[in-house]
Amino acid sequence: MAAPTFSAITLHVNGEKHTLTVDHRTTLLDALRERLDLTGTKKGCDQGQCGACTVLVDGRRTVSCLQLAVAAEDREITTVEGIADGERLHPVQQAFLDLDGFQCGYCTPGQICSAVAVLREHAAGWPSAATADVRPEAGPPPLTDEEIRERMSGNLCRCGAYVSIVQAVARAAASGQQAEEAAA
Amino acid sequence: MTTTPELRQAVGTAHTRVEGRDKVTGAARYAADHPFTELAHGWLVLSTVGRGRIRAVDTGPVLAMPGVLTVLHHGNAPRIRGDFVTMLGVPPEPTSVLFQHDRVPHAGWPVALVVAETPEQAREAAEALVVHYDEEPPDLDFRADRGDARPVDGHLPAVAEKGDLEAELAASAVVVDAEYTTPEEHHHPMEPHAAAARWEDGRLEVLDSNQGSTWVVSVLAQMFSLDPGAVRVRSEHVGGGFGSKGVRAHQVAAAMAATVLRRPVRVVMTRRQMFSLAGHRSPTVQRVRLGADAEGRLRALEHRCLNPTSTVQDFVEPGAAPARVMYDAAAHHTANLVVALNRPTPTWMRAPGEAPGSFALESALDELAEQCGLDPIELRARNEPTHGPVSGLPFSGRNLLACFREGARRFGWAERDPRPGRRRDGRWLLGTGTAAASFPAGAGPSTAAVTAEADGTFTVRIGAADIGTGARTAITLVAADALRTTPERVRVRIGDSDFGPAMIAGGSTGTRSWAWAVRAAAAELRERLVPGATIPPQGITARSDTTEAVGALAAAERHSFGAQFAEVAVDTATGEVRVRRMLGIFAAGRIVNPLTARSQFLGGMVWGISMALHEEAVRDPSSGVPVGADLAGYHVATHADVPLLEADWIDDPDPDDPVGIKGIGEVGIVGAAAAVANAVWHATGVRHRDLPIRPDRVLRAAAEARHA
Repeated sequence: MAAPTFSAITLHVNGEKHTLTVDHRTTLLDALRERLDLTGTKKGCDQGQCGACTVLVDGRRTVSCLQLAVAAEDREITTVEGIADGERLHPVQQAFLDLDGFQCGYCTPGQICSAVAVLREHAAGWPSAATADVRPEAGPPPLTDEEIRERMSGNLCRCGAYVSIVQAVARAAASGQQAEEAAA
Repeated sequence: MTTTPELRQAVGTAHTRVEGRDKVTGAARYAADHPFTELAHGWLVLSTVGRGRIRAVDTGPVLAMPGVLTVLHHGNAPRIRGDFVTMLGVPPEPTSVLFQHDRVPHAGWPVALVVAETPEQAREAAEALVVHYDEEPPDLDFRADRGDARPVDGHLPAVAEKGDLEAELAASAVVVDAEYTTPEEHHHPMEPHAAAARWEDGRLEVLDSNQGSTWVVSVLAQMFSLDPGAVRVRSEHVGGGFGSKGVRAHQVAAAMAATVLRRPVRVVMTRRQMFSLAGHRSPTVQRVRLGADAEGRLRALEHRCLNPTSTVQDFVEPGAAPARVMYDAAAHHTANLVVALNRPTPTWMRAPGEAPGSFALESALDELAEQCGLDPIELRARNEPTHGPVSGLPFSGRNLLACFREGARRFGWAERDPRPGRRRDGRWLLGTGTAAASFPAGAGPSTAAVTAEADGTFTVRIGAADIGTGARTAITLVAADALRTTPERVRVRIGDSDFGPAMIAGGSTGTRSWAWAVRAAAAELRERLVPGATIPPQGITARSDTTEAVGALAAAERHSFGAQFAEVAVDTATGEVRVRRMLGIFAAGRIVNPLTARSQFLGGMVWGISMALHEEAVRDPSSGVPVGADLAGYHVATHADVPLLEADWIDDPDPDDPVGIKGIGEVGIVGAAAAVANAVWHATGVRHRDLPIRPDRVLRAAAEARHA
């Protein structure tokens, strides 16, 4: 008899704990969608090439189609359903809505999760391929449109909403900056 | 008539998408997002051979695998019909008439469906299924001089000819004679094709992702020999379509399996399967011959477009059609031809005909301008027709030159040095280019129902599809104006075949067709509402059917137009082409919602960049199997490829449409690839007549130019 191919695991998603038994082959994406009914995270290619399934795992963006559910045990997972603060949209979500940073909306959850992480990565001083000065002491580079485009390029949008997405991310970044300055 | 002074007109005012909040929070459910108890999962198995016959399907070992419920194939599948014509005037898509015979006409032909309890089990079993074939050598040889190429009428006549072409060419002071090619291209909406089917209270219910639920219902009903009322298709949110989301193998497979198993079944195409099952734009080889007098006035125009179709259905990509609208000449010959090969059947893809055709025609115009020593916009102005060059019919509105004037002003065209290869920015050569755009403006019959609710709000029901176009929001705005209320008091429900027949989201006709029907029903409702009277709990409903009104439209040349401008930078060391900026100005009827319309135009222009520089599907020349069949192998433009693009429009209401709409879904891509290619010529002095303009092609062309 072959070894068991199912395991009981615990997933922490959007601040809630879920205990479930999964096939070892189940991806985090399929576990979220098929088992936890969190269908906001989308399957665009199932190969890690389009970014539609992007979620945050311990705060870092991850394509959930390339992560096995069993490997996500005890990690903090945030999906698009957990980005807003209750009824209040996250500044990234609000900017996407106001500036029409989407058309069909299918890549949108991935774009939004990615953008939330981009703003954090940038604030933490992470460089990108578009960064001129990559020395650690240089600090975060200016978040130019070119920086946003480079950092968001793992998320395809076939409707071609890129112009508005970049504007939305820039606006969310600016509003985050304002909030920080107001708090300081 | 009294008007409420504080009521602002909704049409023409920017409005965020009414379902936008659901889309940014992940609440919007698409076809594969609906849970069902007892849901089974189907996985399609496609042929690995390029042509032949199925000898045997080894179902035994697969049926013994954990969770496997059934394996459907030509030997055991229910019989369905495929011998009818759909509401779009064509037979069902060949791969959708599943498992009815043992022939394999091309690689990627669906040969079986494995259904299992979980997606993991279905996938493993589908990949383990062994299918034996008697192979035959496929014919995959696509080239311009195929002796068996033949003209085929699609939605347009294949051939239109007037005048003596050779005589006019011989008498021309300047002649351009060039061949252009475009590759196989794929729609690849971000949402893969998906459908879940189940039998509920004697009805076949399908949750689907499509461009028209009544279209899908009518096809499924005919295939399964059911009364159309016994089938319901819902498609509330659709993750992009671009022409690919009609009736395809997935809905039929889900319906078949749900019928056999008597439980809900979901079938989703994999991204790889979409290269074979979702349709595509066929490659084209096009020849354009232009003859002009010394002042650049056309005497001869010939455009021939050849595309491969499958051996099981003719699909013609009418690339020669735009010439019949754009430019006149004493001798005017256009022809669309096909050759049948062992390839999947192509289909409509955003601006079918116009997208590849405009690349060839508008590149040739640029070449003619160069040879005549004329500015490309001036050349077009000198050839602006007063009537349809082939039809002789008047234009319902042709603001092409106004688009060029506005675009030239905003783009700074007047400062352009027409000589190629003059501008440099470090290692980058810079150039600018322009091209014209057009796309037919049409409408299809639709029905709608508008209900005045007891609480003072209104509900609109129409079998429309919002595939990302913003149709749901546009209909809301049109209804609000027609009902003399605010958009907030109007709820629009779409994507349900039970709402009655309606036009599909296709051919840039959706919003116009649906707005027409909604406006008519709203007008009827207003007549029936007695001021001050109480509305009963069930509301008061008025219905409309625009069949007669749409059919009564007088014959005319009805089109949207546009002018595309692009600036590119070409890396002389690597051959990389980068678009630096782009501007599109359109004359495309009344713009219902400026916010979403801009997105749609820009999306079309992004497609133009993608077509010009990135997209190219490759097939193994011996089998026809797609190579690099994923989004890493098939490149579509991403964030880093798209600079700040601008799209705008001029006032251009259609005089014969109740709202003034023409349609904006497709004109944005038309001419865009040509504008980029013309800019590459201006940057480098080298013409690129084969898309995409890959770095290796740029380097090779530069080397050849040096040695010429």
